[in-house]
Amino acid sequence: MSGMLAIYQREMLILRKRFFRQLAAIAVSPLLYLIAFGLGMGKNLKVGGHSYLEFLIPGLVAMNSMTQAFAMSSEINIARFYWHIFEEFQAAPIRNLSYVSGEVLAGITRALISVVVILVIAALSGVVLSYNIYFWLAVTLNAFVFSSLAVALAMLVKSHSDQALLSNFFITPMAFLGGTFFPVDSMPEWARYILHFLPLTHACKAIRAAAFGQRPVYSSFILLAVLGAVLFVLAFKCVNRARE
Amino acid sequence: MIRLENLRKRYGKVEALRGVSLHVGEGELFSYLGPNGSGKTTTIKILTGLAVASSGDAWLHGFHIGKEGVQAKRQCGLVTQNINLDNELSVGENLHLHGKLFQMARKDRVRRIDELLEYIEMTDRVGSPVKSLSGGMKRRVMIARALMHSPRILFLDEPTAGLDPAIRRRIWSLVKSIQKSGTTIFLTTHYIEEAEFLADRVAFLEKGEIVALDTPQNLMEAIGAWALDEVADGGMQTFYFRDREEANKHITTHAGGFSLRRVNLEDVFISLTGKKVI
Repeated sequence: MSGMLAIYQREMLILRKRFFRQLAAIAVSPLLYLIAFGLGMGKNLKVGGHSYLEFLIPGLVAMNSMTQAFAMSSEINIARFYWHIFEEFQAAPIRNLSYVSGEVLAGITRALISVVVILVIAALSGVVLSYNIYFWLAVTLNAFVFSSLAVALAMLVKSHSDQALLSNFFITPMAFLGGTFFPVDSMPEWARYILHFLPLTHACKAIRAAAFGQRPVYSSFILLAVLGAVLFVLAFKCVNRARE
Repeated sequence: MIRLENLRKRYGKVEALRGVSLHVGEGELFSYLGPNGSGKTTTIKILTGLAVASSGDAWLHGFHIGKEGVQAKRQCGLVTQNINLDNELSVGENLHLHGKLFQMARKDRVRRIDELLEYIEMTDRVGSPVKSLSGGMKRRVMIARALMHSPRILFLDEPTAGLDPAIRRRIWSLVKSIQKSGTTIFLTTHYIEEAEFLADRVAFLEKGEIVALDTPQNLMEAIGAWALDEVADGGMQTFYFRDREEANKHITTHAGGFSLRRVNLEDVFISLTGKKVI
């Protein structure tokens, strides 16, 4: 437990040192999407009875919580290949489980901070949705999935340059196809079938339904929880692979 | 205190360690000397949990590094070759985090940080960001960090690499004082004078194998007390003599340029392997 807290505390200390830079970095992309898609198209466009801006906000919450949780892979790689701080963790008497738990928890925290930033921006744009328990549960599960994936992949890559590949293969396609900017239901059947396998599609569904005060999408909650657990175990198994 | 039995490590087709066996006693300052790529860092990485041995066994204070990894890690502190402090954090924060990783209570961490910063003469730097420190200061902080949890064994992997001679000597006196406090020290270096000055015993490593292991004095006496470098035909040859008279006799009976000096550990390594340490 104290090993996990030490890992988590280190990530939070780093985050605190860069807090305002980090906030600006978190805010810039949702702000651009809101201006470009939301304000540009949002006034006249309706999706499922909601304005496009209302439709977009939960999508941005899902997308940003994904990217911020997944950014842990980049943080770990910098600590591993550039600062060599990972050696300090490897030489410490802590279990792999503590290490993975600390990093995953840090990823979830980053994701939750990014969601608060988006909700503030949304409120300033005049959009206030229902931020109930299901909303926060869906966001947390989404962050759990991508934070665990981030730790697993960070343990598997062999150099810092592989990091860009990870984002290109895992994150960018999901950000654009997972239902952030358009309803997946409006896609052709074959595309809907494929997109159904993306975790972000389920995160968008769950977060959007909660934000619109609709009945919770339990299947998406279960899927995200199971996938998160599988990826967490994978991350745990991968830690030893990072040792020479 | 440290025991290695037939330790081997293979990276693909390259065998980095080829059956290393040795024993380091309690309170001893043991130096591992060899050229780059000889397996020095690999040994330390295996002993401290950064790498896994391909075969063989090792114990730290009686704990097997594979089967009792967590207990074995509690026994040792590590100063790596690379500076691996958290650059964005302060000196104090780095030390606190290390203490937390080793399950130290807060009041113990605070007390130990005060002690150690006084020990490395950096009490005024507790709040300084690591990125503002010089290379020598960072090395001292790394040593303090490795000592935070009062380890029985301290691994120092090239602790003075890249430092200027004055700072190197300051680190040496720090290492000597750590040994005096009863800590066993396992030091890797490719600085001959470092091993000569600090080590109780030295092991020479060449291509993953120990080629000699003894006290610096015994190793040097085995080849002679005096070394005579003779420059002739564009090359240099070194001769070893038991006493100075023998060396002088050689000079008077041969033509050429000579330089007479005391034998050092570099001579031992050259006579064993035909190569220089660096």
